[in-house]
Amino acid sequence: MTASPLLRLIARRVLVALGTLWLVSLAVFATSLLIEGDVAEAILGQSATPQALAGLRAAMHLDQPAWARYLVWLGGMMRGDPGHSLITGTPVAALIGARLGNSLALAGITALISVPVALTLGIVAAVKRGTMFDRAIGLVTIAVVSVPEFLIATLAVMLFAVTLHWAPALSSMRDVESPLALARMYALPVFSLACVVIAQMLRMTRAAVIDVLDSSYAEAARLKGVSPARLVLRHALPNAIGPIANAVALSLSTLLGGVIVVEIIFNYPGVARLMVDAVATRDIPLVLGVAMIFSASYLLLVTTADVVAILSNPRLGHR
Amino acid sequence: MSISLAPRRPRRFAISCIVGAVLVLFWIGVAAIGPLFAPHDVGAVVDLDVFSPASRAFPLGTDYLGRDMLSRVLSAARYTVAIAFVATTLAAGAGVLLGLAAAAGGWLDLLLSRVFDTIIAIPSLMLGLVVIASLGASIPVLIGTLALIYTPGAFRTARALALNVNALDFVTVARARGERLPYIVVREILPNVCGPLLADFGLRFVFVVLLLSGLSFLGLGVQPPYADLGALVRENIAGLGFGAWAVLFPALAIASLTIGVNLVIDALPKRGRA
Amino acid sequence: MIALVQIEGLRIVARGEDGAEFPIVHDVSLSVAAGEVLALIGESGSGKTTIALAMLGYARAGCRIAAGAITVAGQRLDGLGEPALRALRGRTVAYVAQSAAAAFNPALPIMAQVIEPALIHGVMTRPAAEAKARALFAKLALPDPDHVGDRYPHQVSGGQLQRLMAAMALMTDPALVIFDEPTTALDVTTQIEVLMAFKAVVRDLGTTAVYVSHDLPVVAQIADRIVVLRHGAVQEEGTTQAILHAPAHEYSQALVAAAAPRAPAPPVDLPALDVGEPPLLELRQVVAGYGRVDGDGLPATRIVDAIDLKILRGQVVGVIGESGCGKSTLARVVAGLHPPASGYVNLCGVPLSGAVATRTRDQLRRIQLVFQSADTALNPANSVAQALGRPLTFFHGLRGRALRAEVARLLDLVRLPAALAERLPGELSGGQKQRVNLARALAARPELLLCDEVTSALDPVVAEQVLDLLIELRRELGLAYMFITHDLNIVRAIADEVIVLKGGQIVEQAPGAALSAPPHHPYTELLMASVPSLRCGWLEDAAAVIGTRAARR
Repeated sequence: MTASPLLRLIARRVLVALGTLWLVSLAVFATSLLIEGDVAEAILGQSATPQALAGLRAAMHLDQPAWARYLVWLGGMMRGDPGHSLITGTPVAALIGARLGNSLALAGITALISVPVALTLGIVAAVKRGTMFDRAIGLVTIAVVSVPEFLIATLAVMLFAVTLHWAPALSSMRDVESPLALARMYALPVFSLACVVIAQMLRMTRAAVIDVLDSSYAEAARLKGVSPARLVLRHALPNAIGPIANAVALSLSTLLGGVIVVEIIFNYPGVARLMVDAVATRDIPLVLGVAMIFSASYLLLVTTADVVAILSNPRLGHR
Repeated sequence: MSISLAPRRPRRFAISCIVGAVLVLFWIGVAAIGPLFAPHDVGAVVDLDVFSPASRAFPLGTDYLGRDMLSRVLSAARYTVAIAFVATTLAAGAGVLLGLAAAAGGWLDLLLSRVFDTIIAIPSLMLGLVVIASLGASIPVLIGTLALIYTPGAFRTARALALNVNALDFVTVARARGERLPYIVVREILPNVCGPLLADFGLRFVFVVLLLSGLSFLGLGVQPPYADLGALVRENIAGLGFGAWAVLFPALAIASLTIGVNLVIDALPKRGRA
Repeated sequence: MIALVQIEGLRIVARGEDGAEFPIVHDVSLSVAAGEVLALIGESGSGKTTIALAMLGYARAGCRIAAGAITVAGQRLDGLGEPALRALRGRTVAYVAQSAAAAFNPALPIMAQVIEPALIHGVMTRPAAEAKARALFAKLALPDPDHVGDRYPHQVSGGQLQRLMAAMALMTDPALVIFDEPTTALDVTTQIEVLMAFKAVVRDLGTTAVYVSHDLPVVAQIADRIVVLRHGAVQEEGTTQAILHAPAHEYSQALVAAAAPRAPAPPVDLPALDVGEPPLLELRQVVAGYGRVDGDGLPATRIVDAIDLKILRGQVVGVIGESGCGKSTLARVVAGLHPPASGYVNLCGVPLSGAVATRTRDQLRRIQLVFQSADTALNPANSVAQALGRPLTFFHGLRGRALRAEVARLLDLVRLPAALAERLPGELSGGQKQRVNLARALAARPELLLCDEVTSALDPVVAEQVLDLLIELRRELGLAYMFITHDLNIVRAIADEVIVLKGGQIVEQAPGAALSAPPHHPYTELLMASVPSLRCGWLEDAAAVIGTRAARR
């Protein structure tokens, strides 16, 4: 009895996310139609014979109307087959698969470092609101969120790689022999990404915790003689889980943009780099595949946060 | 019955807000009239020495081709500020208009909310990348893409604000009087959401500047020989290794512009900010 | 006798938006003897809660205890460090908040919160604390005392939460309990039950208490001594009997006068009806609610149900009932904001359309709605002149000089100085805002005013003045009112006819004058008994009425 309305709510959130993902596929496919020029001609070159062009178009289903191609593509996506690269002819799934692990590692390490740091500092700043510590945090984070990611990355390269020689400026998978070398390789890309993610997450966490600490029940707890640590851990945090989950999800979703810039700057062999190259070479199936992965990641993050918020709400959990 | 005749207290602004306002006004000034004072032509190679430091002839040094940095920064600031301002205005205008319309509810609300949820679900840098790569990097395309990407956020803010205010009694009083929708929106709702909408505009302006710079950094911004601030960083990146002014100055320019706007927003009242 | 609480020269300051500090409590001195219940009474902004919180060594964000000596149970609180204050809060001094619904943590079960003070102060073990909590729940007359602690705050009613909060405060047998407006947010009948529980437990345990309230009749039932506060300073101090029967200070006299039962206003002669003239407003079998409407015109959730009602030209009809009885929805139906599912609303015999959009401008003009809270009913961005000017332009096409003259006349009508015209609502006092709210409705020159709890958000003395104004306006302008309220005292003072609403249905309809003499519907009896009265023993009598009612069920 208690579970069913809860499950219904969660099921609805998941369905909405899937529906949005479908709309994204429509939007992304429609955008790809805008890419100018004839793909077949781009592949075969200007000297190709009309017969060869027509043959290639037929092979690529380019002679069919857009909606039919969309259905074919969507069907492939559902089966986990986003088609073949126009440039190399390799299956897109294989191209992405080779790179996805690298990108996930980069994002995962960044998240592992960012989330604890940002939550701790955000909560401490909220508790110590108005102190020098809080103001300093406020100024630093506002500066960091105001600066483009590529700037932080390039400044990091200048300082740590060029001037101090602590870490390599470029990432290469080949000459990684020791754990230390691995750590050095990840240091700068992760640092650049984490700066922005931490700053955003920290600001949102601080706001969420302050909201709870300003509540009537937080005051009532203080007037019971509850210690500051107990006030935060037992009284404030259970009520801030929803907003904090939201803060974490939204901040981590900025990783999806940041990773593009950072993979380019550090020449990191990830999916985002693949995507930028694919855009440059008009390799549409590859662009579509990566775009769907990125959007799916975003929806996964946001939906997870929603589900966490639903589960942590006592009004829904205890009817 | 006592009548309070106390004068309105003057608001005191925090130092950070004043610093922010000065920075913002400075960059607006530069964008408006700065290029008039450019000592050299933007695209002209005027010095044999590349990446030269500041001198009497070239107050901000020269770039990787030996062009005058001051002239290039003045021009780039105008591109960045103008493109971002126009794009933000379009996004905010469309977002507020549609947001207010959607606040009335009905199928329009459902449709718009779905459409904008879809746009939000595509990471903005990637959406920009694909659209601009498809249509070509021209200034109208740049502005249109940036506006498209940031309309959903403006829409959400305006819709939430309007829903909040709409629930207040004074709007009900106006409806009970028989007022029509335009009067209610313009006279009753808008004056009360102006502050938060302005803060939202500033926030979105910062996002647009950052995204524009990111796109420029990937080579999809204002095209050579002209450049916006992000493109200036990109083309002079080679000078980074030895701390050339040519790369530091545009970087500082972006940072000071966005930090300035953020400092001003931070000092605005938080009420109703989404 | 040694005072348990001794406050000398207390001064509390707040920091304004411009960063400058200004005093909100000036040089207050008072004492509470052991075993005594002291009431702090005053209007909003009088500093009563601020002073009470100072007895916990606590000042809200933006406020600071600037000067004065606070001694509680032999301990000086001023200048005490946070750790020492923590040891005292919840142990020596306990606090019962105004809204228990907001003061209970929504994420924790009730029992965990109730026994928390005993556990963190190391007073007793968990099993002992839980046993004591159950005993206190029973003592406070809570239903199902053994299991109510297992529930979450949102699963329990407001009146019960208020008693649970008191149980939490009493867990550690504190030397002093502070009750901060603990019944203000409750319905009148619930208030009786909660007050009875508080009174019994305070008497049985010999608790020393400070009771903060704006409501003199409530305080009169429970306090031994009263301190009257205004603008952060003590106006008068004395035993309850002395303050009630011989108030010396002018403001205390006004408070007592406002709380005294009002003499019914002298009856107004209604204009004679021509033969066959329909009533000004007539409701016939009106049903309104939410959800799907079935074949018989009945919505899934009925909020007002089969209402028949007549208001004659110049007549005042009081509609009375507790929260959720449908009284506000009734007003919204008449105003065209909530189209009825079935039934008719006739204005002078002409059927009104259910929705505003399809009524004529003249129909809209003749019925005006006045909301409870002027804070939300006035647009904070529009000046008084704009607020009053719009209906004048909208309904009567007034502009320029004529408009300004009419605005001045309206302000004069509600006894406000013309100089207020250029002010924004935020620059007015609560009473002034409510007068402007009223003047805006009058600007339309209506025939019927729908007044929805127009005095209940105001401080008692101000509410009394606004009520007087309404009675005068009615005489001057020959207006008819639908006067919606939960307060029978007010209805008695103003209404020619009274309708008692319960669960969306009319349970009784009687002439105003008949309210003083029985017999009545049992629910009406209950409402009448629940009206707070300064009379000593009123609380017990009211509780007896509720008790017999409960017994009869």
